[in-house]
Amino acid sequence: MTALLIVLSIILIAVVAIQIGRVADLATKIRGEEEMQEINNRRQGSFMLVFLPFFLVLTIGSGIYFRNYMFGFGAMDAASEHGPILDRLFNITLFFTGIVFIITQIALFYFAFKYRGRKGKKADFIAHDNKLEIVWTLIPAVVMTFLVIGGLDAWNEVMADVGPDEDYVEIEATGYQFGWAVRYPGPDGKIGEKDFQLISGNNPLGQNWEDEKNIDDFQASEIYLPVNKKVRVRITSKDVLHNFYLPHFRVKMDAVPGMPTYFVFTPTKTTEDFRKQLSQYPEYQIPADPEDPKGPKLWEAFDYELACAELCGRSHFAMRLPVKVVSEQEYEAWTATQPSYYMSTIRNTDEDPYKDRLFESEISSRKAAFNDKLETALGAESSAEKVFQLDYVTFETGSANLTPLSSYELDNIVEAMGKYTDMRIELAGHTDNTGEADANQVLSESRAQTVFDYLVENGVSADRLRARGYGQNQPVDTNDTEDGRENNRRTEFRILAQ
Amino acid sequence: MASVATPLKKTEEDILIEQLGYDDHFHEHHHGDAYQSNFITKYIFSQDHKMIAKQFLITGMIWAIIGGLMSIVFRLQLGFPEDSLAWLKPVLGRWIVINDAGIGSLSQDFYYALVTMHGTILVFFVLTAGLSGTFSNLLIPLQLGARDMASPLLNMMSYWFFFLAGAVMFASLFLSTGPFSGGWTAYPPLSALPQASMGSGAGMTLWTVSLVFFVVSVLLGGINYITTVLNLRTKGMTLWRMPLTIWAFFITAIIGLLSFPVLASAFFLLIFDRSLGTSFFLSEIFIGGQALDHVGGSPILYQHLFWFLGHPEVYIIILPAMGLVSEVLSVHSRKPIFGYRAMVYSMLAIAFLSFIVWAHHMFMSGVNPFISNFFVIFTLIIAVPSAVKVFNWIATLYRGNVRFNSASLFAIGFVSMFISGGLTGIFLGNSAIDIVLHDTYFVVAHFHIVMGIAAFFGMFAGIYNWFPKMYGRFMNESLGKLHFWGTLIGAYVIFWPMHYIGMAGVPRRYYRFDSFQAFSHFDELNVLITVAAIITFAFQLLFVINFFYSIWKGKKVTERNPWKATTLEWTTPIEGIHGNWPGKLPTVQRWAYDYGKDGKDFIPQVQPMEEGEKDGGH
Repeated sequence: MTALLIVLSIILIAVVAIQIGRVADLATKIRGEEEMQEINNRRQGSFMLVFLPFFLVLTIGSGIYFRNYMFGFGAMDAASEHGPILDRLFNITLFFTGIVFIITQIALFYFAFKYRGRKGKKADFIAHDNKLEIVWTLIPAVVMTFLVIGGLDAWNEVMADVGPDEDYVEIEATGYQFGWAVRYPGPDGKIGEKDFQLISGNNPLGQNWEDEKNIDDFQASEIYLPVNKKVRVRITSKDVLHNFYLPHFRVKMDAVPGMPTYFVFTPTKTTEDFRKQLSQYPEYQIPADPEDPKGPKLWEAFDYELACAELCGRSHFAMRLPVKVVSEQEYEAWTATQPSYYMSTIRNTDEDPYKDRLFESEISSRKAAFNDKLETALGAESSAEKVFQLDYVTFETGSANLTPLSSYELDNIVEAMGKYTDMRIELAGHTDNTGEADANQVLSESRAQTVFDYLVENGVSADRLRARGYGQNQPVDTNDTEDGRENNRRTEFRILAQ
Repeated sequence: MASVATPLKKTEEDILIEQLGYDDHFHEHHHGDAYQSNFITKYIFSQDHKMIAKQFLITGMIWAIIGGLMSIVFRLQLGFPEDSLAWLKPVLGRWIVINDAGIGSLSQDFYYALVTMHGTILVFFVLTAGLSGTFSNLLIPLQLGARDMASPLLNMMSYWFFFLAGAVMFASLFLSTGPFSGGWTAYPPLSALPQASMGSGAGMTLWTVSLVFFVVSVLLGGINYITTVLNLRTKGMTLWRMPLTIWAFFITAIIGLLSFPVLASAFFLLIFDRSLGTSFFLSEIFIGGQALDHVGGSPILYQHLFWFLGHPEVYIIILPAMGLVSEVLSVHSRKPIFGYRAMVYSMLAIAFLSFIVWAHHMFMSGVNPFISNFFVIFTLIIAVPSAVKVFNWIATLYRGNVRFNSASLFAIGFVSMFISGGLTGIFLGNSAIDIVLHDTYFVVAHFHIVMGIAAFFGMFAGIYNWFPKMYGRFMNESLGKLHFWGTLIGAYVIFWPMHYIGMAGVPRRYYRFDSFQAFSHFDELNVLITVAAIITFAFQLLFVINFFYSIWKGKKVTERNPWKATTLEWTTPIEGIHGNWPGKLPTVQRWAYDYGKDGKDFIPQVQPMEEGEKDGGH
């Protein structure tokens, strides 16, 4: 039915069109060709004259009407250091091209009107004028030179990489279908290496964990940037081309698989500053969500945004990531709360190449944890509470040999014994219920003894220590699950006197 | 149509040709038109340049309608994202996705497929083949005084390769995975990896096959145009007496011959990467849950190769339009084109510069920023010859006696569009400003106005002007003028607001704008653009109706030279015969622009010079 209607309406349009055409043909027949051409010239000429002012007023007027949405005009002033330079260049170019636009369009349509054909009139034979040609070659050439110099000057300044001694924050943005992964360098200020072949479910960027620069890198779901500090974004892609596009900062650069690119810029307005800037314009006083007229206004809901500006597939239009520009202090506070990806996800898994060593931060945090437990035990009322588990003292399976990393925890004990000179302790070994009970009893005793020996070797007087093995008799958890059995295999630190 | 030659009185030109013409004994060797006597050889596998021109034109028109309709469909989605497109389901089937609320919308994949096809079809099939193919074929032999193209066979093959390219592309629209959807530029890796996008599978295979055929078509045509211009000019037709149309087609063919092979090489390397596991454009890619084997290639290399054609391509599109407009403006102003030599030199300059500006499409692609310095300089230099051309066109109108008809109106419209769209190129060519504008709607506005609409205006000017030569009838003037005003206003309403959207930073090739706060301010403008696009498209239907109606029912041409033009095509018989001139070939005595000289309305090129008269154009 719809199809039939469409076909019918097309036929109808065709019939009407042909009839319109015939009317004029008929008129030509009656009035004669030349007279019709004369009438027609007059009519079309006047159309030209009418079109011209409408055209100019609408093209220029509509531009003024929409200016508060456009870059470089008040509300949308750039939020980066280089942005205003580009906006100014735009406006300078707009000024010159605007003049040319107005003059040439006026000349075109006005001449068309003015020199419309009239009967008995002859055109002037003006074939060329070399002087004129030279003039209108030189004028655009001069203007272009001016624009090129200004443009290249700005271009080379904006696109320059950071200098060797400059202070800057480097972050990495990786485009993928369809989103952005943002990586921060962490406290060391350096972004670790990555390799696309290492990408896996729990290594989305393919970070190479053997590169120690990766250890403290963290990923964020929003981009945070400190205001007035130079940022170098390293831009990479995992799959197809993307484009790292920050409209408010006038930043744009393709993300190319296999070839990292970069863009350096300095945000100059915090998110709050920009909201204030927008709040002065009526266009931004409307509700941000039209269905919630009482909700926040457009300017209140404003956020900087990261978008993709290179066609990358079906959801190209939805690669949004919010960007927050904050004060330096807020930035520092935020980075301090971000957990390193390696520490939170990779540490001590099979992918961790550093299972056999501890990082400084881990040594100190373990020491702090040990001291905390010790203080709690020392301060406890009942003797039953003066005990805690030595989480990081572990043995090789089925043997009494300490694992290499256990010494850090044992050293903490040595230090504590030096600090609290009146303290006497018991070192208690426990096992799970796997295997023979007798064998477990022997194993727990010899494990306790190993710890005892280590402490004595490191200068703790033997009479302040007691080693005991309890075998599988004192479980703290069920022996029916692997987790439970692991909890039952343990070494305890018990304060006998203090 | 049986060619019952209307027994016309011998014109002054006929007598001149008889007296001064050059006898090549053409009709003694060819006994009649035996070799195109039946339907198939006359209308299908024709080797006659006039028929091939019509084939190019009508095929181009069909593609223009398809490509235009596609843009209407995706404009509906952009203008009315909340309204249901379920009514298109009978046509588009499962490309319309109906959500739980019963609202039908274009599937994202199909949206991108439509955008891609729209671009590919319009750039290659309509504005390259449909424009340059039509008028180079029609006018080169006719305006040069040649019997036909240098190789009618290659000429026929050129059309049929184009047809084949079109057939393959058309077939790709019906694939279950859809046509290619990675943008008309087909940047890898997106275009190289079927995992990256649905259209990058079979759709992309057909797309590359189609365009390789198309390159063959362009090369066969181009080599023919160049040879014909260089070798088959009639006696007296020196290069500096050639009409600007011929100059434009000649230069266009040279550009095409030099740049299209580079495009073909890019496509071949892309095909290797897709099918043979090579890594020309691919490196370090993790997609679909696995790391690919490709290492060491560069996606940027493809962009260099592509734009080495891609930029000259826009001049391949616009130069023929410029040539047509120069001719039409001069004829209907009854004045010589102003600065004939400057027009030729500026075209040559544009053609030369077009080869050293390609990377201005790549300022933001990750190429070394230092390199961009050169491309900025060369790009902005192009503004100079372009400006010269505009000033010359305006000066051609100055103190003229302008005859307004559909052809001259569209020529004037072309100049207006070329100014509007050309000026925005000055923003985009300046790399620093391009940081802001690259890949925004500003770019869409720029190139649609300057090479889309402007080229269409040039094409329309050409069609209205030479329709009498093609079909022996006039197109209807009232409809033509209505078509002009509707298209002029409509095109400005569609594309002018896109500047504003772009100046607010809204990226092109977005399926929706509401994912971003920054891009969602322009709902009303998007509605306006869509409505204007539909209305403007309807005005094009007016043209199509006019065109086909006039072929059979249009007002008959009763005199050979209805526009009182100087060029040779108007000395041939109205009905158009094999070999173009019934007897001798005309010889050329003067340049093509003697309008209003010495008190005469016009002096045809076959008219010998008076004693002491100086040939024009110097």
